[in-house]
Amino acid sequence: MAQVSMTVNGKTVSGEVEGRTLLAEFLREGLNLTGTHIGCDTSQCGACVVHVNGEAVKSCTMFAMEADGADVGTIEGQANADGSLNVIQQAFQDHHGLQCGFCTPGMVMSAAALLKENPKPSEAEVRTYLEGNICRCTGYHNIVKAIMAASGQDVSAIAAE
Amino acid sequence: MSVAKPLPHDAARLHVTGQARYVDDIPLPQGTLHLAFGVSRIARGQIKAMTLEEVKTAPGVVAVLTADDLPFANDVSPSVHDEPLLSDGPVHYMGQPLFVVAATSHRAARMAARLGNITYIEETPILTIEDALAADARFEDGPRVYEKGRVDAALTQAPHRLQGRIEMGGQEHFYLEGQAALALPQEGGDMVVQSSTQHPTEIQHKVAEALGVPMHAVRVEIRRMGGGFGGKESQGNALAVACAVVAAQSGRPCKMRYDRDDDMIITGKRHDFRIDYDVGYDAQGRILGIDFTHYTRCGWAQDLSLPVADRAMLHADNAYLLPAARITSHRLRTNMQSATAFRGFGGPQGMLGIERVMDHVAHALGRDGAEVRRINYYAAMTESADASGGGIFDPKKQPTLSTEDLASRGAVRASSGSGGSARFGGAYSAVPEDAENTTPYSMPVTDFILHEMTDQLLDTADYDRRKADLARWNAQNETLKKGIAFSPVKFGISFTLTHLNQAGALVHVYQDGSIHLNHGGTEMGQGLFQKVAQVAAARFGVNVAAVKITATDTGKVPNTSATAASSGSDLNGMAVQAACSTIRDRIAACLAELHGCSVEEVVFDGGDVRVGGVQMSFAKAVQTAYENRVSLSATGFYKTPDVAWDRIAGKGRPFFYFAYGAAVSEVVIDTRTGENRLLRVDLLHDAGASLNPALDIGQIEGGFVQGAGWLTTEELVWDDTGRLRTHAPSTYKIPACSDRPAVFNVALWNAANPARTVYRSKAVGEPPFMLGISAHLALADACSACGPHFPDLQAPATAEEVLRAVGRARG
Repeated sequence: MAQVSMTVNGKTVSGEVEGRTLLAEFLREGLNLTGTHIGCDTSQCGACVVHVNGEAVKSCTMFAMEADGADVGTIEGQANADGSLNVIQQAFQDHHGLQCGFCTPGMVMSAAALLKENPKPSEAEVRTYLEGNICRCTGYHNIVKAIMAASGQDVSAIAAE
Repeated sequence: MSVAKPLPHDAARLHVTGQARYVDDIPLPQGTLHLAFGVSRIARGQIKAMTLEEVKTAPGVVAVLTADDLPFANDVSPSVHDEPLLSDGPVHYMGQPLFVVAATSHRAARMAARLGNITYIEETPILTIEDALAADARFEDGPRVYEKGRVDAALTQAPHRLQGRIEMGGQEHFYLEGQAALALPQEGGDMVVQSSTQHPTEIQHKVAEALGVPMHAVRVEIRRMGGGFGGKESQGNALAVACAVVAAQSGRPCKMRYDRDDDMIITGKRHDFRIDYDVGYDAQGRILGIDFTHYTRCGWAQDLSLPVADRAMLHADNAYLLPAARITSHRLRTNMQSATAFRGFGGPQGMLGIERVMDHVAHALGRDGAEVRRINYYAAMTESADASGGGIFDPKKQPTLSTEDLASRGAVRASSGSGGSARFGGAYSAVPEDAENTTPYSMPVTDFILHEMTDQLLDTADYDRRKADLARWNAQNETLKKGIAFSPVKFGISFTLTHLNQAGALVHVYQDGSIHLNHGGTEMGQGLFQKVAQVAAARFGVNVAAVKITATDTGKVPNTSATAASSGSDLNGMAVQAACSTIRDRIAACLAELHGCSVEEVVFDGGDVRVGGVQMSFAKAVQTAYENRVSLSATGFYKTPDVAWDRIAGKGRPFFYFAYGAAVSEVVIDTRTGENRLLRVDLLHDAGASLNPALDIGQIEGGFVQGAGWLTTEELVWDDTGRLRTHAPSTYKIPACSDRPAVFNVALWNAANPARTVYRSKAVGEPPFMLGISAHLALADACSACGPHFPDLQAPATAEEVLRAVGRARG
């Protein structure tokens, strides 16, 4: 067992981990941040995407010890300081970019990473960027719509009331 | 009014902030054990010896159980008790649970489960359709046959006739959240189970059997699943039962979740099918007689295979009036995962069969596929049609008590006996076989709206012009070829096991006017809870925010049917409406008396209640009722009227009504590699008077993509030893975001359901899945552009299969 410490959603945390403890496990079981989901266990579905030093990372691919000293962001830290939804979260709600919700945290985290590097992506760019995030429910249409809306671009919407 | 509004999913805020809780997210009590199965490494044989010493001494292991350690029933089957939780000797498929490990962590349990030393007496597995037919390995004593008219004569006398075959693969559910359960032992031997299940009552039943206790000693709760698609109708039984048994023995909470690999190796999938056809038709392409033979590999256990295969037969007509039709269905027993429910429940397979026939006939005559389809449509609905009218069928007889899972769709054992008609809804009045506009199972089609829907869709999709453009484009392009196809959907709504068409609800109104809502349906992302909450809010004339949606709980609403067969909002919406009406009427009666007016003058609207000339808030009205000692809690119950079905005879009215849809897909293929893309999709779907258009459109978009995935990229491969070679998303290709068509137009037909459903809406869970068939047909059309011969495209149409079909078209 070894000691790791990192900043998670702005707070310094530390804990005991085995060498093989995955970052996803440390977040879920060590810190009780269960919004980071485990869908495929093999880095393909993207339900576990978090930010490590500002980069989107599949947290089931990374050891907790590799994140020692890093700045980690999870879905639980995405809302605005006053608790209101950030622009991406709000867009996913308004544009029905979710059904069962299991892929949603990973989608929101990937979308945030995309918009950081490309604030006005084309639809095709959104689709290509999200190739590593599987959704089995929505057919992706409303997810793409939500991300386009979050980037401030016009989408034909069935606006939520 | 809160219905018919595009409100977002009720848990959207929880999902986007990571607060929505699934079974795996529930904080665990100290001392919780984690479970994993040790599974078989051969597909068929007998266990010679099982040495588990290494497993028992592995780090973290607390207990190891085999079949001998199970105190009561060793069974997790939803049908005929043929599915032991742990093998008691025979091995039926590669991946079958043989023993269960309980350890202090998930990883410790999984690692230990790999250390079993097991020797087998191996037997040759039955894997293919040919193997199964040769061995007569099947469920039921022989094939089921449904028949209408004089098929052989019709075939012989038809001016044209052709034969063909289509093979279609199965499908992995790939619910993003894998199977999971958590059992919490209580005092006096009671058990509480949190299970990711579409069927809490089934879990309760199987856990009670395994613990040797009455059902009242087991309570099952589920707030939400991370996707179900049918894969959590029966496949969660093993985890819940294993957790409950170990929890009862150890006195410690037990949790089990399958890793994705384990999930894909252990659990059942969609049934694959081979459909042979022999069709007689005239020069216009009108079908005069047809003979279908369905072969399906059901895997090792019966599970829900009989009703799945039945539903495939019931959709062998799709939208077409077949004057003479015979459907023969072989349900084959193979040494593979036990195929199970999956969105459409056999319907998609049956439907693809007839759609292939339409294409084959159109190709043979050189006519347009859409045109041939329309010629064969059922007659249109008449003005006065009311699908719930007529009163022809009289489903009176109740099933007798049985130890079977009466609440499961798998409860079909009576099928082999003569008591079938009593079992499946009782008496029916046979419709004359030559009656017009009846299905091959003698049900009149009275609500057919595809003529108008087809007109509208072909117009908005600009089908004729694009088809002509495509022909020109194909003439100028050698390497790439485009294809376009139209396909309709007519899908029957109701459980075919008639007694399952019932639902219950429990509603409380508290003194402050807030409402607690519970019903038997489960939430798997489809938005059922929100739709039902909208119904409740509409009944009380309040904002939907006043309604608290609560977890499905067998302790609140008992004897529920699975949330399946697209029936969730039809059944539970009605039950909730009934419960709310009871409470509302009590409040109204109280206020009417206090204010000296009639009950009819009490109006619930806009968060207020008006009584004669007085207006008060809903909360004030509730408080007044409370102070006048009015009960503010009620149950509600609903049963679907007018359905009755004899699955042995293949006659009756299995469905309350039909849901309709229509699709046009356009694709492009690379004739040198078989690679392909969906370019444009136009969908028009009938959700009746939609309870929530946004949620319904979400079901349509998602259903289409999942259906297109089934028929294109999603390929299950078993090798010659029976090993599933596609057991992770690395080898099994789920549609990704980039696979989505660039142009995707989706519209609701949005006309009231003639059947008396909740606010005249229609079920929407499964029907849109079959819109995906148009993608397969479009690929076949593109292949057809490569040469004069019929491309005979099989499913899934992977790049390899498209390439083969291009070769067949060229001849």
